Amino acid sequence: MKIFQQSFKFITLAVLVFLSTSIYAKSSNEGEGQVSTKKEVEEYILHHIQDSHDFSLFSYTNDEGERKHFGFPLPVILWTSEGLVTFMSSEFHHNDDGHVIVEKDGQKFAKIHSKIYELESGASEVSFDEDHHAKNAHKVLDFSITKSVVGVLFVGLLMFFWFSRLAKQYKNKQIPTGFGRVLEPLVIYVRDEIARPNIGDKHYRKFTGYLLTVFFFIWILNLMGLTPFGFNVTGQLAVTACLAIFTLVIYTVSGNKDYWMHMLWMPGVPVLIRPVLAIIELAGAFLIKPFSLLVRLFANISAGHIVVMSLIAIMFTLKDTLTVAGATGLSLVLSFFITLIEVLVAFLQAYIFTMLSALFIGMAVAEHDHEHEHDENGHEIPDAEDVRENFI
Amino acid sequence: MDKLLNDFSPGLFVVQTILLLLLIFLMVKFAWKPILNSLNEREEGIQGALDAAENAKKEMENLQADNQKLLQEARLERETMLKEARELKTKMIADAEEEAQAQAGKIIAQAQEAIESEKKAAMAELKSHVAGLSLDIAEKVVRGELSNKDKQIQLVESMLGEATLN
Repeated sequence: MKIFQQSFKFITLAVLVFLSTSIYAKSSNEGEGQVSTKKEVEEYILHHIQDSHDFSLFSYTNDEGERKHFGFPLPVILWTSEGLVTFMSSEFHHNDDGHVIVEKDGQKFAKIHSKIYELESGASEVSFDEDHHAKNAHKVLDFSITKSVVGVLFVGLLMFFWFSRLAKQYKNKQIPTGFGRVLEPLVIYVRDEIARPNIGDKHYRKFTGYLLTVFFFIWILNLMGLTPFGFNVTGQLAVTACLAIFTLVIYTVSGNKDYWMHMLWMPGVPVLIRPVLAIIELAGAFLIKPFSLLVRLFANISAGHIVVMSLIAIMFTLKDTLTVAGATGLSLVLSFFITLIEVLVAFLQAYIFTMLSALFIGMAVAEHDHEHEHDENGHEIPDAEDVRENFI
Repeated sequence: MDKLLNDFSPGLFVVQTILLLLLIFLMVKFAWKPILNSLNEREEGIQGALDAAENAKKEMENLQADNQKLLQEARLERETMLKEARELKTKMIADAEEEAQAQAGKIIAQAQEAIESEKKAAMAELKSHVAGLSLDIAEKVVRGELSNKDKQIQLVESMLGEATLN
């Protein structure tokens, strides 16, 4: 245990040092000057929070004043007004403000704040209005293998590799060995602490596969967000929205008669109130629940990234008042502790997302005993509480 | 909000949906199903083994209780048997003593009777002997009388003196 704690601390520290140095290398050479003012730091952080079309690890300016980028390009796949267009992201030459125009099959593309725009025919460069919106270009459907997609693919392969190996181990032995011994309790934890108590013994088996997938998917991606590779997959609205919609689809499809009855025509309530309740219930099921899921995960992870990077940026922003050593020390200490908290948050958010998904599914498949139903006033809240009480 | 919506990438959403569907399908088929099945099997196995152990324990307890009961019964039986034997022994001794006493009394009585009858017979024989002897004496006296008067008297006197000895 002690060894584990020590190595854990060491890894966190190493990650932190690595993270801060890689950001330093990048930020001090970004554009023409250093990222040292608050505005530049803010822009840099917001840029990082967004998805990116190439996988850059760090960049620096060499002696000739030339910017060198270390990393690798990723394929750009676009569905434009004239069909499918593909090229490598290196053709943008790391430009992100729309000044580099890529010409492909007679169409022109520019990248502005990590979004790819198709220029209108005839235009040779992007012109901006006062709010810095492109006037003569429009966004295209972007199916590129972005950094987030790389993250998703990587986690998918990792999970598949780990757990299919664990599954194979059971063919020969009852108790897994090696890394499987670490994974098995996690699987049992999700099954016994999340799926079974929230969904109920009768139905939980059907949904455990989804819950396990989502739990490990979110958790590993959250943890990957803490590495210096700077993934921010679970901080992408598209990703969290996709996850939330999966949960929505699952509990809507598997909802039983009681669930729909309680939603559309609440029993035990005066008839006049029933349509009002139905509207509230429908809004709850189709908007509020998935929205709360997607925003919670997105906001927590994005906030974590912003806080860690802001604390690292203390190095530059407080350099003048605290001296270089003081600002660096303060930044290291603060970001160290925040990163520790983020490790906890990474697990917590995965747990909460899975737990709430299980709870929503549980409410949709719960079998009410009908005696009880008539006695009750039919409130939504005691009803939900009731479902919880039955299973927790 | 505007910025958030601007950040939302429909392309990434589509790609993520496809990848997540694929991932869920693959994980369920190749990982979660076999893992959960094996876990269930193992847990059922463990539960079965525990139940069997519990049953065996109960059976053992039952057996032990039975044994205890049997032992107790055997002990009681032995005790009653011993008690009966002891009673029998004392009774037999008492009976034997009684019988022996009775027998002895009987034998003594018979012996006494025999002695009595022997004595009577002896007396009768003695009397008849005395009568014969008296007759002989009387005969001799008579004869002596016949031959010597003094001598006869003397003889009678001496004879009588002898007879009182009896």
